[in-house]
Amino acid sequence: MDLQYKIIVGLEIHVHLATRTKIFCGCELAYGDTANTHTCPVCLGMPGSLPVMNKKALEYSILTGLALNCKIAPFTKWDRKSYYYPDLPKNYQISQYDLPFSEHGYIEIPLADGTTKKIRITRAHLEEDAGKNTHTLGNFSAIDLNRAGTPLLEIVTEPDMNSAEEVGALARELQRIVRYLGVSEADMQKGHMRFEPNINLHITRDGQIFKTPISEVKNLNSFRAVERSIAYEARRQYQEFVETGKTMQMGNKATYGWDDDNQMTVLQREKEEAHDYRYFPDPDLVPVKVDADWLGEIKSRLCELPSQMQQRFVSEYGLSNYDAGVLTADRATAGFFDKTVKLGATVKRVCNLLTQTGLKLAKEKGVPVDQLNITDEALADLAKMADVGDVSASAATTIFEMMAESGENPKKIAEEKNLIQKSDSGEIETLIDQVIAENPKAVEDAKNNPKKAKKSAGFLMGQVMQKSKGQANPKVVSQILNKKLNA
Amino acid sequence: MDTAKQLRDKIAAGEVQSVDAVQAVFDRIEKIEPNIGAYLSLCKEQALEKAKQVDAKIASGESVGALAGVPVGVKDNMCTDFVATTCGSKMLEKFNAPYNAHVVEKLRAADAVIVGKCNLDEFAMGSSTENSALKQTVNPWDTTRVPGGSSGGSAAAVAAGLCSVSLGSDTGGSIRQPASFCGVVGLKPTYGRVSRYGLVAYGSSLDQIGPLARNVTDAALTLNVIAGHDERDSTSISEADAPLKDYLTDLESPIEGLKIAVVPALNDAADAAVRAATQAALEIYQSLGAEIIEIEMPHFDYAISTYYVIATAEASGNLARYDGVHYGHRSPDAENYVEVYSKSRSEAFGTEVKRRIMLGTYALSSGYYDAYYLKALKVRNLIRQDFTNAFKQADCLMLPVSPTTAFKIGEKTDDPLQMYLADVYTIAVNLAGVPGISVPCGFDEKNLPIGLQIVSEPFSEDKLLRIARMYEKETDWHTKKPPL
Ligand SMILES: [Zn+2]
Repeated sequence: MDLQYKIIVGLEIHVHLATRTKIFCGCELAYGDTANTHTCPVCLGMPGSLPVMNKKALEYSILTGLALNCKIAPFTKWDRKSYYYPDLPKNYQISQYDLPFSEHGYIEIPLADGTTKKIRITRAHLEEDAGKNTHTLGNFSAIDLNRAGTPLLEIVTEPDMNSAEEVGALARELQRIVRYLGVSEADMQKGHMRFEPNINLHITRDGQIFKTPISEVKNLNSFRAVERSIAYEARRQYQEFVETGKTMQMGNKATYGWDDDNQMTVLQREKEEAHDYRYFPDPDLVPVKVDADWLGEIKSRLCELPSQMQQRFVSEYGLSNYDAGVLTADRATAGFFDKTVKLGATVKRVCNLLTQTGLKLAKEKGVPVDQLNITDEALADLAKMADVGDVSASAATTIFEMMAESGENPKKIAEEKNLIQKSDSGEIETLIDQVIAENPKAVEDAKNNPKKAKKSAGFLMGQVMQKSKGQANPKVVSQILNKKLNA
Repeated sequence: MDTAKQLRDKIAAGEVQSVDAVQAVFDRIEKIEPNIGAYLSLCKEQALEKAKQVDAKIASGESVGALAGVPVGVKDNMCTDFVATTCGSKMLEKFNAPYNAHVVEKLRAADAVIVGKCNLDEFAMGSSTENSALKQTVNPWDTTRVPGGSSGGSAAAVAAGLCSVSLGSDTGGSIRQPASFCGVVGLKPTYGRVSRYGLVAYGSSLDQIGPLARNVTDAALTLNVIAGHDERDSTSISEADAPLKDYLTDLESPIEGLKIAVVPALNDAADAAVRAATQAALEIYQSLGAEIIEIEMPHFDYAISTYYVIATAEASGNLARYDGVHYGHRSPDAENYVEVYSKSRSEAFGTEVKRRIMLGTYALSSGYYDAYYLKALKVRNLIRQDFTNAFKQADCLMLPVSPTTAFKIGEKTDDPLQMYLADVYTIAVNLAGVPGISVPCGFDEKNLPIGLQIVSEPFSEDKLLRIARMYEKETDWHTKKPPL
């Protein structure tokens, strides 16, 4: 018997902020460097050292809070969260407990059907990351504290998501937002974003709703793992309910890890231990007042968000939602596209050039698309040349690539490389007349054999293009040729 | 023996060589220190080297700092990168800090000569220096008695002439009470006046570094050197909010129309000798034209319980880092990381430190937080309010430093509560964050020193020192030397 059920998911997201230095000391943030080379008495938790807040970290956080429609607290403070672990040198983490810098926001996530869904944000707070324990030294554990003190933004959502896809969409949308804001590189591979979904099911049986125990899956660092772990948990919880009828009780939230090799969740702790973190205000740090002036200054740095831009590209430029999505995947591409179109090139042309050629080149070179050595003016010129038929679509692609190599303007390249199309109808007509004279059979077929008409016309077209060494404007060729064949 | 100020001026004028002055101190240390136990470590070589540099500077006509060539003791909970920083604990017995505390940098920049690191109650937790796990310091006035604490080593060193001035730290009276017990001047500045960077934390919202000296002038001189904003300590006051002053400039000018607040009920709780000395001191102020105003401070009585919640809560967090993982004592018997924590901490912390960590942990625990920690914060505000009200009516508050003079070694070690209660006069000052000073004001029948405590409003150390100096000029208590 199949029971009806609904998946309920809330998400905790940790985002590393891309400040130059750590949150409470002057050490630079560095990934993958030799262990413990980016440390100082403060982030090592040496006796007598004191933390000093990195203002930029809070500003980045507030900017993100604003983008997530959160209320920004005028007064926020720092708390110590106590727990013992070797990668936490002070054995307390400086975090925010009862007065986080922001609360009560929402994020609109794009759904597959083109609509959006509003997911409420409970709160977002700022804290320091811990270091890393590694167990690669035989009987010893080694600790690298380069990461200790990295500013970490923790965002908590309400349990408003009802499928793995929705959670994936939120994760991706959030990645796009923090990248737009420039507050995080959000590189999953470097662990810049980590996810912890809380999952359970509302199962309907005999007209009654049963809630399964909540599972928290810890430390997921890829979108795929997020989606798959939720799908897996949904199946597992359903099965468990069918077999045992177990439902949610106070305090029976279990903690799971994700086993990527076996594609399954693995139980870590049956009952969430009655963790007592003994939060209390950190006396080493003064509370922070976020006054109207400061907030206003941060607000002025808020850019158009990706979802707004995507919608605008659809409504203002008539792009498909798909193309708009591709163009707004990162801020550089979106901004570059927007500027180029505003210089008078046609939307479709710029879109094609960027999505088909630009993004490919950018990926090869590992740079954003606006750093390809091509200005928005140059790209607009190229698009306009293609629009009026001075160059063919395929020549435009070639020119684009050459522009990225040399930084030359498109007109110069087209001329030097003989890529200017011939649109002179007299000249083209002469070529067509020659081809018609040389291919009587094909002309006959094109005119009178319905079975072969299309193919023969195509053949004649090809012959004309060949004679012109590819420089004739195909639009003009096909116009004149059709006229002659239909005469 | 010269005061720090006299010595500095003679050295700067080339009349005395710093090397000779420092050598003389080490000679005295060699003779007397074995009977006192003020120091946990001595840095003779570096000290003589520094003295030589200062002498050379002077010889070449270079200008020198405010403490040029003066031998200084530093409490061993302030980090130094040239000698161990033990905090009087087995936990850090072999700990060498990789950096210097802000005040140590300041001392060196002022050309002071650091003689050594002074003994203290383990992690500054105590009132007698008996909690030091490494040494017993005795009172120079009676070597069967305690020097007070927790800056007992710093006070004893100054009293016994084993340095000219020293630095102590004061969380609940730890500068003022040993100063009183040893017959020297001890100043706890306003919270935020001196950077805590490099001071090993006990109760972070209460800890403050200050000088112990033979007289008020030396205390002012030393405060000049160590005070000021430090961007590495977020709780250190900006100079815009509390401008720095030269505390020596007006030191000799008395405060006109001085109004002194006293709380009669409080003073009555002290021993007869302390009461009498306090009364006599007040009479001297009256003879100088001061007006005495009797006030009430209704929340003063709650200071001890409030303090032992807040200080221990903060300590439970501050001392969590001593876990044997990164530095400090690590148990050789630990089988896994949980045992590294539990065994290392069990082995290396003393009883009083453990007691305070347990107290603080309890006060912060879920279900108790509101009843203890949160309530303590509220009472702290009321206590602060008491002081604010007092300073609306008077320039300062005067009261004893301690209800008794120095007690016998071992007399109170079995009764921690009795020991805690002895801090009744000093603790509220830390909770309010205001500055307080202890100045010698007499002796009891056993020839043990008594201190007078003067407290004033935040960042008014200049006024506080002037008030203290008014009295000092009229008396000779500060010139008395222990019978060594
Ligand atoms: Zn650092």
